[in-house]
Amino acid sequence: MTAISVRGLRKSYDGVEAVRGIDFDVAAGEVFGLLGPNGAGKTTTVEILEGYRKRDAGEVSVLGFDPERRELPFRSRIGVVLQSSELWPTLTVTETVRMFAGYYPKPRPVAEVVELVGLEEKADARVKTLSGGQKRRLDLALALVGNPDLVFMDEPTTGFDPQARRAAWEMVRGLRELGKTILLTTHYLDEAQQLADRLAVIRDGSIVTIGTPAELLHSQQTEIRYRENGELVVQRTDTPTRVLNELTALALGEGRELEALEVRRGSLEDVYLDLLHEEGDT
Amino acid sequence: MKLLPHQLLWDQRIFWRNRESAVFVFLFPILLFLLLSTVYGGDFRGRPSTDYLTVALIAYGVANTAFGGLAIILVIRRELGLLKRVLSTPLPAAAYLISVVSSLLLVFAAQAILILVLGTALYDADLPSDWQSLALGYGLAAFCFAGMGVGAASLIRSAEGASAVVNVIVLPMTFLSGGFGPTQDFPEFLNAVADVLPLTYLIDIVTGVVYEDQGIWDQPQAVAVLAAWGIAGVLVGVWRFDWQPRER
Repeated sequence: MTAISVRGLRKSYDGVEAVRGIDFDVAAGEVFGLLGPNGAGKTTTVEILEGYRKRDAGEVSVLGFDPERRELPFRSRIGVVLQSSELWPTLTVTETVRMFAGYYPKPRPVAEVVELVGLEEKADARVKTLSGGQKRRLDLALALVGNPDLVFMDEPTTGFDPQARRAAWEMVRGLRELGKTILLTTHYLDEAQQLADRLAVIRDGSIVTIGTPAELLHSQQTEIRYRENGELVVQRTDTPTRVLNELTALALGEGRELEALEVRRGSLEDVYLDLLHEEGDT
Repeated sequence: MKLLPHQLLWDQRIFWRNRESAVFVFLFPILLFLLLSTVYGGDFRGRPSTDYLTVALIAYGVANTAFGGLAIILVIRRELGLLKRVLSTPLPAAAYLISVVSSLLLVFAAQAILILVLGTALYDADLPSDWQSLALGYGLAAFCFAGMGVGAASLIRSAEGASAVVNVIVLPMTFLSGGFGPTQDFPEFLNAVADVLPLTYLIDIVTGVVYEDQGIWDQPQAVAVLAAWGIAGVLVGVWRFDWQPRER
């Protein structure tokens, strides 16, 4: 089952194209990551899917709805975690969740949601006394209290310390186990790698590649480096066995050593950086 | 629409828990009423000053609450992203706005009753018998100022500026329109400015009830001006109101 389907999506602001015709699908129950640098068009894309912005062109289906129409059944089946997590400072954690629970036709029990995000010890604390990380968790609780099928998370861990990020990751994995479909944006590669079943790398409003983290790694060429007359030589190849064999045969024949010979597979980070710089530098 | 009472309850809780809104929106007009009633012991236009101040400070209250309070609350919630957050839930946007406005009107109603009670109990204010005209006048003004509040919230860009802008409008307007005392001795040009302000017409209506035994319908021009300001505010809101923080 497809939870999200996007075809030829375009959006401009004042004549500048922020999203330039992107396509992707997200299956139900999948964690899908939109990965890209700031300003790549991630938030614009997500806000169109959430129903906050109108698209200029393309077809979009979210849980079978056109998000632009913001129909009530659509809004009761999605949960949204925004980039900013300001809330009503004088309400307590439980009160804030209770207020939101009242908006939904079939909410989850408030205490259960507070526990799910790990705020049970802060249940009766005023929001203004919470730390930044705790506010983000409360924010997540608000996105979950309606028992949504699909959760949008726009840069859920930006500004977190490493420990808070790990905790947030655990929570996302927990949601996945509950069978929720999750669309998350991030500019952290490791986050996408850790959480996403599939990810799309987006740059300048276009998707440059899409696949599972393993597939993306697999697409990476092998790099062979050595020194010749003091100069570094780098070769990239899809057929390292053959290239190495030729290189070493040649060197053996000439009776010399391939200095500082290295054979390495790129990490996902190399893939990502390559994707961002290909074409991008021209 | 069963969500409306739910939201109204929460909006009331949020309002009273916030010390700034409880003091500046609810308490401030009451304190000014007590202060002015104490200072002005004599007569205004042949009646004890408190008769005038009671209806006039309630008029200030409706401007301060329905216009000032509403505009500030809407701008702050918009800039903090709270409106945006609510927009993604099944709560209808209209229900949310109606709840925010109704919540402030409840605050104003409590404020008006308190001023009436204090005026009668402490200063022997002599209330007019035509209370329906008074209530209608304040009700119409509540619509007018709430409309202007939505309009102003649509035009104010930042949360930091909101209360400054609002006070720069509300306090001089109240002073010029006679909300803090009669203006017949003001210079001509100030009264000319007052002639375009909606609060002037509310003061005309309520003092007409107190001093001339007029009903609200004896002042159709004042009714029309208040309605026009309210509609103008709503139209600005329809044109410019934003649920998302303003991006720079």
